[in-house]
Amino acid sequence: MLELVVISTLNGVLFGMLLFLLSSGLTVIFSMMGVLNFAHASFYMLGAFFGFQLTKWIGFWPALVLAPLLVGAIGMAVERYGLRNTHKHGHVAELLLTFGLAFAIEEIVSMIWGKSPLDYRVPALLDFPAFTIFSTNYPAYKIFMLAVSVVIFVALLVVLKRTRVGLIVQAALTHPHMVGHLGHNVGRVFMAVFGVGSALAGLAGVIAGPALVTQSDMAASLGPILFVVIVFGGLGSLPGAFIASLVIGLVQTFAVALDGSLASAFGPLDPSAGPSVLADIWNVTIAQVAPIVPYMLLVLILIVRPMGLMGTRES
Amino acid sequence: MRKLALAIAVIAPMLGHAAWAEDTIKIGYIDPLSGGGASVGEGGLKTFQYLADELNAKGGILGHKVEIVPLDNKTNPQESLVQAQKAIDAGVRYITQGNGSSVAAALSDFIAKNNTRNPGKEVLYFNYAAVDPSLTNEKCSYWHFRWDASSDIKMEALTNYMKDTASIKKVYLINQDYSFGQSVRSDARKMLGAKRPDIQIVGDELHPLLKVTDFSPYIAKIKASGADSVVTGNWGQDFALLLKAAADAGLKVNWYTYYAGGAGGPTAIKQTGLDHQVFQITEGFANSGNQTAMDYEKAFRAKVNLSLWYPRAVNEMRMFKAAAEKANSIDPVKVAATLEDLKFDVLDGGTGFMRKDDHQFFQPIYISSFGKLAANDPFDEENTGWGWHGVSKVDTPQAMVSTSCKMTRP
Repeated sequence: MLELVVISTLNGVLFGMLLFLLSSGLTVIFSMMGVLNFAHASFYMLGAFFGFQLTKWIGFWPALVLAPLLVGAIGMAVERYGLRNTHKHGHVAELLLTFGLAFAIEEIVSMIWGKSPLDYRVPALLDFPAFTIFSTNYPAYKIFMLAVSVVIFVALLVVLKRTRVGLIVQAALTHPHMVGHLGHNVGRVFMAVFGVGSALAGLAGVIAGPALVTQSDMAASLGPILFVVIVFGGLGSLPGAFIASLVIGLVQTFAVALDGSLASAFGPLDPSAGPSVLADIWNVTIAQVAPIVPYMLLVLILIVRPMGLMGTRES
Repeated sequence: MRKLALAIAVIAPMLGHAAWAEDTIKIGYIDPLSGGGASVGEGGLKTFQYLADELNAKGGILGHKVEIVPLDNKTNPQESLVQAQKAIDAGVRYITQGNGSSVAAALSDFIAKNNTRNPGKEVLYFNYAAVDPSLTNEKCSYWHFRWDASSDIKMEALTNYMKDTASIKKVYLINQDYSFGQSVRSDARKMLGAKRPDIQIVGDELHPLLKVTDFSPYIAKIKASGADSVVTGNWGQDFALLLKAAADAGLKVNWYTYYAGGAGGPTAIKQTGLDHQVFQITEGFANSGNQTAMDYEKAFRAKVNLSLWYPRAVNEMRMFKAAAEKANSIDPVKVAATLEDLKFDVLDGGTGFMRKDDHQFFQPIYISSFGKLAANDPFDEENTGWGWHGVSKVDTPQAMVSTSCKMTRP
């Protein structure tokens, strides 16, 4: 039992940090600009594909730097030539733009790289088991992912809360005209923020690509869970997203580890023994529903605390 | 009222296409060409297009050119019916589909209804990969023909092999939570229990289809159970991610699978370094040792740049031609009648036949393992340098199962 608990905790933390890595950029964009970016998972996918291609040409480590920069540049172009024009039409227009962009990016990616999964491998330098607990190996690459997530979290927090840049960026969201009068180029600030957010997604793609499957539908499969993370953590709250990622990672991992079903909770009064159309539902195990648990959490938190765990505003 | 309905039913299909092309045989290929199943669907499309080109180069079927009409169903039953209707309206009389037993069940039902309502415009459904046993049992249809071995046939062959492997003591089952995964799971329990009662089933897991990104919690459970072998029907990313997580955690077990050879599977196995520890069960494989099949594989790879993952598609198209020629007609009704109990020499050697009772094709089945190439195995997969090596062959008579199908014939 102890073995399963320790290993599940470790797995949960590792998965949670991966979620944070993916959602950090989305949180930045949302909290600083108020744009709910549907194309975020697509930028993540672009990061993975650029990472794959650049790794082939110049190796993993240069790719780790270059691919996010490329994705960031694309993000900035999207902000400059797309979002800025739609901004005056309100949030719905922005949302629709990013929504359409997500489809466009997926099609372009599958045109260039095809629809089959790519052979994107963990770099040789990190391809060894970092440590072994209860005869289960933990690969160095996962520890590397964890480290990168923590570094990003700390760096973002420091920049936003403790530096002048963060001050201006935050002010630009709430008082754009005032910031403009003080001599700052608000448009450029937004462009930079969107670029950084996209670059973070790109970085997540380069890193998560080898660990998961790099394929043209990876954006669609990860998109929904990212929204759960940021809504659960509180829209626009970085520490909230961090905590939410960990909670979701742990809850999902432990749910898989549990074997009990709804019926077994009743002990000897097991309702599934009786003739009932609900027999199937009673016998569903907790492990079976594990991947839906985050979405149930999402619904719950919206009912109980609509602003999320650490959110400051409701929308 | 009835007469009017009948008149509409007869006339309506003619409006769209005043003279439907008598010259070409259009085969509607309904499978995912976008979304999660796209990589699989695209491979199938390329295979069928290659087969059509091959037939056309030799004068087609009874002088008719064969054309594959690709239709994207996004692995969705509802979308498949829309596409099927579209195809039928465009003059398609043959439909082929493979990915997803839920899609197959919907299509089979739809086509049966279509054929009752439109006499003279019957459509045949060639199923090349949907393996849910119910399609040739309680849900069987006269218009449905299946070339892939159904899931219980595969499990029969697989358990016959496992029965003789004394080292198997504890088995863990992990499958996708939908009709196919559930049938793999229940067949495995039933057949292992009957053939090797001493084998312990130490775990039985169902997980949601194509939704899991991290399998390490599942691997932790497998490890904790002390299993020495895992049986899984997983395919696509559910297989690749499962295996990656296993290799990351250092889980050393043997894997008995249905679809390890599907797109992305070989790459994942090579990444994990599980040398000849992953087994799959198929109706043919690249290094089968049959010279004709291996020459065919070589030509196929040179042109399509893919491994031949569907030897059954080759059997399907060739047998279609054989049936049409025997009936001396490309009319679906006549082709269907000739297909029944038709014997056919399959690509990888040996004879199979299309059983009249349930329209299931029975053929020799192979079990192979994936790893470093032996001296006489020429083909690797997905440029990994590793390939399939045959471990066991099950001949047609041993690869048969009974059916509960009560076929309603027209």
